[in-house]
Amino acid sequence: MSIGWLSEHVREEIDHWVAKFPDGRHRSAIIGALQAVQHENKGYLTPELMDAVAAYLDLPKIQVYEVATFYSMFETEPVGRHCVSVCTNISCMLRGSDEIVEHLERKFGIKLGESTPDGKIFLKREEECLAACCGAPMMMVDHIYHENLTPEKVDKVLDTLD
Amino acid sequence: MSDDIVNIEINGQPVTAKKGQMLIEVTDRHETYVPRFCYHEKLSIAANCRMCLVEVEKAPKPLPACATPVMDGMKVFTRSAAAISAQKATMEFLLINHPLDCPICDQGGECELQDLAMGFGRDVSRYNDRKRVVKDKNLGPLVSTDMTRCIHCTRCVRFGQEITGIQELGTVGRSDQVEIGTYIERSVDHELSGNIIDLCPVGALNNKPYRFGARAWEMVAKPMVSPHDCAGSNLFGHVLRGKLKRVVPQDNEAINETWISDRDRFSYEGVYSEDRLMAPLIKVDQEWREASWAEAIEAVRDSLRTGVSHEGDALGVLVSPNATLEEMYLLNRIARHLGSQNLDHRLRRRDFSDQSSDPDVPSLGMPIASIDSLNGVLVVGSNLRREVPIIAHRLRKAALAGADVGFVNPEEYEYHFASAAYVDAPLDRFAEKLAGVVAAAAETTKTNVPGSISKILADVKVDETARSAARILSENDRSLILFGQIAARHPNFSAIRRLAAVLAELTGAQLGFLPEGANAVGAHLAGILPHRGPGGVELEEQGRDALGMLASPRSVYMLFGMEPDGDLADCALAEQALKAADKVICFSPFVTQSLLDCSDILIPLGTYAETAGTFVNIEGAWQSFDATASLVGDAREGWRILRVLGNELELPECDYQNASEVSDALAAELGSGAIDSALSSRAGISLQSTDVADLTLDVPMYAIDSVVRRGKALQSTQIAAETREGGSEA
Repeated sequence: MSIGWLSEHVREEIDHWVAKFPDGRHRSAIIGALQAVQHENKGYLTPELMDAVAAYLDLPKIQVYEVATFYSMFETEPVGRHCVSVCTNISCMLRGSDEIVEHLERKFGIKLGESTPDGKIFLKREEECLAACCGAPMMMVDHIYHENLTPEKVDKVLDTLD
Repeated sequence: MSDDIVNIEINGQPVTAKKGQMLIEVTDRHETYVPRFCYHEKLSIAANCRMCLVEVEKAPKPLPACATPVMDGMKVFTRSAAAISAQKATMEFLLINHPLDCPICDQGGECELQDLAMGFGRDVSRYNDRKRVVKDKNLGPLVSTDMTRCIHCTRCVRFGQEITGIQELGTVGRSDQVEIGTYIERSVDHELSGNIIDLCPVGALNNKPYRFGARAWEMVAKPMVSPHDCAGSNLFGHVLRGKLKRVVPQDNEAINETWISDRDRFSYEGVYSEDRLMAPLIKVDQEWREASWAEAIEAVRDSLRTGVSHEGDALGVLVSPNATLEEMYLLNRIARHLGSQNLDHRLRRRDFSDQSSDPDVPSLGMPIASIDSLNGVLVVGSNLRREVPIIAHRLRKAALAGADVGFVNPEEYEYHFASAAYVDAPLDRFAEKLAGVVAAAAETTKTNVPGSISKILADVKVDETARSAARILSENDRSLILFGQIAARHPNFSAIRRLAAVLAELTGAQLGFLPEGANAVGAHLAGILPHRGPGGVELEEQGRDALGMLASPRSVYMLFGMEPDGDLADCALAEQALKAADKVICFSPFVTQSLLDCSDILIPLGTYAETAGTFVNIEGAWQSFDATASLVGDAREGWRILRVLGNELELPECDYQNASEVSDALAAELGSGAIDSALSSRAGISLQSTDVADLTLDVPMYAIDSVVRRGKALQSTQIAAETREGGSEA
């Protein structure tokens, strides 16, 4: 019944992940399944969607909750529709990521891990290295990398979002 | 020397071990203690608590003993400076976030963390930061939570995955935010889930009804035997100043391993129900009044003497299948002495037409532990998880090890393993469906069935499911038919049992019965049957069975440990018969309105917790126990009451001094005569569909006897709620 929450496309995506693992190891497909589901649901998961994934994969619900709460890529509460993650790891920190975070928090009046009240921007909680040290400091906006950031460049990127 | 054996050294002592064994198994076997939290013999290895770190020669770092396989020539040091320092360091980390609230924790005094902190903890904490606090979860009425105390050993999580087969708890979150819980608030509902209380090495998961009830060191542990099902799980009752405070499992690999069902664990609350009968009551001129014991026994004696003086047949005796062997034997002696053969313990059975071919005792036909190694099982008419949870657990173990398990049931109950065949047998067509399996077995094994049956089978439709169910038995060399209580309560029981017997014969499977109550086997031995005396000796003059003695009302009834409005196949019939009777004598731990309405004398009886006695389980093991708790009010142990009554009735040789003398007397009467547990059914069968619309064949798990019905915590579980909502008919 709860499988009905999953779109045709998401089901195809899940099947694709299930096929990658040996028989009986479909538990490994939870990550891929949740990614697909979260992508279609404005960047966050709901209990109904997680239950649907569990039902679709025929796994205990709790095993899906475990994965969803373990990985920082998954959000289990509603968040803004644009996800902004600023790397604060060593290279970016040495190149001034603290300033970028400060600028963002001032600009939107929210802290890391929070969303703007209009539901537009979500500042991902403290992000670890995204493997773009050569362009530090960097941030990722809706899966797209922006490197060599300055406050002005941040404004330019974020102000064009709808 | 075999390749499977390796030589290792533990603390300088050479020992041998099996290849592939983990170090901790070897140290445990050689009584070298290695501290641990997450390791548990019955669960998979997680190696996440790191408490069992030991030093191994040539290994650069200490290794976890629970996850390090033995290697030839390995030199292990469990108490060296490096091992101790690793263990102490682990302990320091574990205690960082532990609240150290032992003085207000129920686990205090029996806590693995507390014990090991004594051995490996520092006396002063070096940790100055804030401790983590975790919100408590509501896991339902049985298990209390103090999740701040959790050290994330994940024993409870693995128990769900591996033992019950339904993972209810999980590790939510990560790193320092990790929590054990259900994420979405819900209760843990599996009928074995109370075992996570024992598994939890700290005070995070505890016994909710027992919460703040006593301290571990104040109580005395007394061995008990499960009073609710035919497996006879071994228990310990923890008693504080005569009061039973809680029940925990007693390890017995042959029966319950280290687990017990929630029913066995929490039913003790019923012992202290508010409606306990505190003193004997006698009805005089339609008014109840309290009586002394002497008066009460005299009243019983006189009622029996006058009521039964000219004809023994005037007396009917109904006995709970949870009564002890001693009580049953004395009841048998008293009834026969009075000339009555009308006594029965098969209270919920409806079909007695083939009782002459009953086996001497119902039996599993094999030790309980052998279920693990069966390779084919067909369950016939049983909601097994609810009827005998411990057997259901064994069956799941067998299924996981590769056994084919199939079901012939009116409903597809959830078992958390893949079933090899499910024959949907609606109650009104149950015999017909089972006949289909028998016909399929005859077809596959190409064997002839007895003439009378073959004619009937010729008309039965054999479908693919019936064939696969039959193959489970015929194609496996260690196969068993488990005959359950739904089938035993069926109005067409005789035909169903005959069919099961034929099926067993055709396929070479063992036929095992799961009778109701803790002591149905004992009842057969003690002769609580209308047609047989102790040891299955056929009686010349046969009495009336449980249904018969109500259908044609007697003038005097004795009800022992059972409630006429809850423990019988036909409660309405019982009400009529009892109200019409001259005298009804009830031996009962409880007093209810319906007992007051229908009876004339009420005798306060000690429950299973307050009496010494013996239960005989389905593998035929006589398990004796002493009284655990003090008697409530003026109640007395059943065997004592009956002995005094026997004396009053001038029953010869009735001066037993203790319960074991009673069971010894029965044992002597049984002698060395072989007890035949084989079934030699000659019943004719009819596949007519039966009218079962209003019958309760699947009695809810927590309604099975008077004590369970009064277990408050059990009655507020999800299982109890579901069976109430869904009506009693399954």
